Amino acid sequence: MNNFAYSRAETVEGAISLLSRHANAKFLGGGTNLVDLMRENIEQPDALIDITRLPSAGINELPDGGISIDAAVRNSAVANHRLVRERYPVLSQAILFGASGQIRNMATTGGNLMQRTRCYYFYDESSHCNKRTPGSGCDAIGGFNRIHAILGASDSCIATHPSDMCVALAALDATVHVQSAGGERTIPFNAFHQLPGNTPHVETSLRPDELIMAIHLPPLAFAKTSRYRKVRDRASYAFALVSVAAALDTEGGAIRGIRLALGGVAHKPWRAYKTESAMIGARATRETFERAAEAELSDARGFVHNNFKIELARRTMVSVLVELADAGGVR
Amino acid sequence: MTELDFARVGDGMVSSSSTAQTIKLQINGAAHTLRIEPRVSLLDALREYLGLTGTKKGCNQGACGACTVLVDGERTLSCLGLAVQYEGAEIRTIEGLSVDGALHPMQAAFVEHDGFQCGYCTPGQICSAIGMIREFNSGLPSAVTDDVSASVVELSDEEIKERMSGNLCRCGAYVGICDAIREVLDSKVSQFEVAR
Repeated sequence: MNNFAYSRAETVEGAISLLSRHANAKFLGGGTNLVDLMRENIEQPDALIDITRLPSAGINELPDGGISIDAAVRNSAVANHRLVRERYPVLSQAILFGASGQIRNMATTGGNLMQRTRCYYFYDESSHCNKRTPGSGCDAIGGFNRIHAILGASDSCIATHPSDMCVALAALDATVHVQSAGGERTIPFNAFHQLPGNTPHVETSLRPDELIMAIHLPPLAFAKTSRYRKVRDRASYAFALVSVAAALDTEGGAIRGIRLALGGVAHKPWRAYKTESAMIGARATRETFERAAEAELSDARGFVHNNFKIELARRTMVSVLVELADAGGVR
Repeated sequence: MTELDFARVGDGMVSSSSTAQTIKLQINGAAHTLRIEPRVSLLDALREYLGLTGTKKGCNQGACGACTVLVDGERTLSCLGLAVQYEGAEIRTIEGLSVDGALHPMQAAFVEHDGFQCGYCTPGQICSAIGMIREFNSGLPSAVTDDVSASVVELSDEEIKERMSGNLCRCGAYVGICDAIREVLDSKVSQFEVAR
C-alpha cells in the first residue's frame, strides 16, 4: 500500500475544508472496502480524512414520520435500531444479509453507498477495465462474467454494485443529504448511483467536494410488510447473484402499493419501475407477479455465463411477491 | 491535542503527515506507544510492532475472520482497520481474555469441545464468538431471524451458524465450534463473564 497522510476530522466543516486542500484525498469510514482497495493498489489516495468521529452519528425520527440515519452510523447499529426494525424491516434484513458480523460493525452508512464493484477484472491490475483505467477496455465482456450485470450494462462495463443495504434504500425512495463548502443539497437515492454508459469510472452523482451527511427515509406505512431475499452461491457471507427488496400493500385482493428493487443485476441498485407499473391496481395473484417481473426483465441481456440470472431474477421476484401477498393475508 | 504528532491546522481538525507518527493504543488493559506510518493496519501493529502474535493474519482482505479482535467489545477485523483509527478505543485480543491464568469461559469451551484442529483460526473464532454473544444480548437480529421487528429470544443452532459465518475454519471444526458456543450460552456464565 502506498503511504498517505491521515487526518481525523472533528467537525463537518473541518472535513470538507481538508478535502479541498488535497488533490487526491478520500474520506475514510469503516475502511472495509477502501483499505482493501488501497492494499490492492486500485485506490491510491494521497490523503485519508477519517470521518468516523464526527459529532453526529445517530438515527432520529423526522417530523413527517420518516427517519434520518447519519452517515457515520455503523451498519449493525442501523440493522438493530427499533425504528428501522419496526417501520422498514426490509432495510434491517438487507443489511443483515450483507457481509459478516465483524464487517457490519465497522462499515458506515455513507461508506456503504460508496463501495465499489467486486468485478474480478476491476480488482486484477493485469486486466483491462474501463472503470479502473478509462479507455482500456473491458475484459469481463467475453470473459468470466457469471456475477455480472443483466440490466443497464454498456459496451464499456458490465460490473454490478455489490451493496445489499442500497437495494432496500432504492426500494424505499431514500434521499441522500450531502454538504460542501457551497451548501447542502439532497439527491434522490435512485439518482445517486449511475449506470456505466461510456464513463463507468463515474459511479455516483456525488461531487468531488461533497460529504455525505445523512440518509433520509420517507414515511411508508406499508413498508411494515417488506422483505429482502438474497440468492448467492453459499448460505452466508457472499455477494448476491440476485437479490430482491420489496414492500407490498393490498386491499381486497387488489394491489394498492408496491416497491421493488433488485440487487446483483446492474451497475446500481435497480429500482424495478416497470414491475411496479404493471402491478398497481391489478389483482395480487401469481399471474400478475409473473407478468410484472417479465415487464422489467424483457430488457435484460445476459453475457453467456450470467444468462441464468434473468430466470433467477424472475423467479426470485415472483417468490418474494407471493410471500408478501401471503403475509398480507391476501391472494 | 493528543500524544499524536498531530498539529492543529484550524477548522476543527487535526492533520498529520504521511511519515511515521507516534500513537497510543490501549490493548488488553495496557497503554502502548508506538511509532508507525498511517498505512499500518491494526493487525500488523499488533503482530509486527507489539509482538502480540495471537491475532492471526489469514487472507488480509476481510474474507476469513482470523484477525478478529474486540474493539470496545465489538468484534472487528483488524486487517481492514488502520491502527491510527483505533486511538482511544479499548482493544482486546486473544492474549487479553484470560484472567490470572484462568481461561476465559469461551476458551475453556473450545478446548472442551475440540473447537479447532490446527488452531490458526481459533483466536479469531473465540473473539468473534464473544462479540457475537454480546450482539445477541443487545437484541441484534440476524439474516435467519424470521421477523426482525420482533425481539430475538433464542440463539438456535441456525442463528449461531449464521452469526459466525464471518469466521472460516479450513479444518472444518465447525461442529465443535458450535458446541463450544452452545455450552457457554447454556452454562449460565454471567453476561459480564462472557463479555468481559
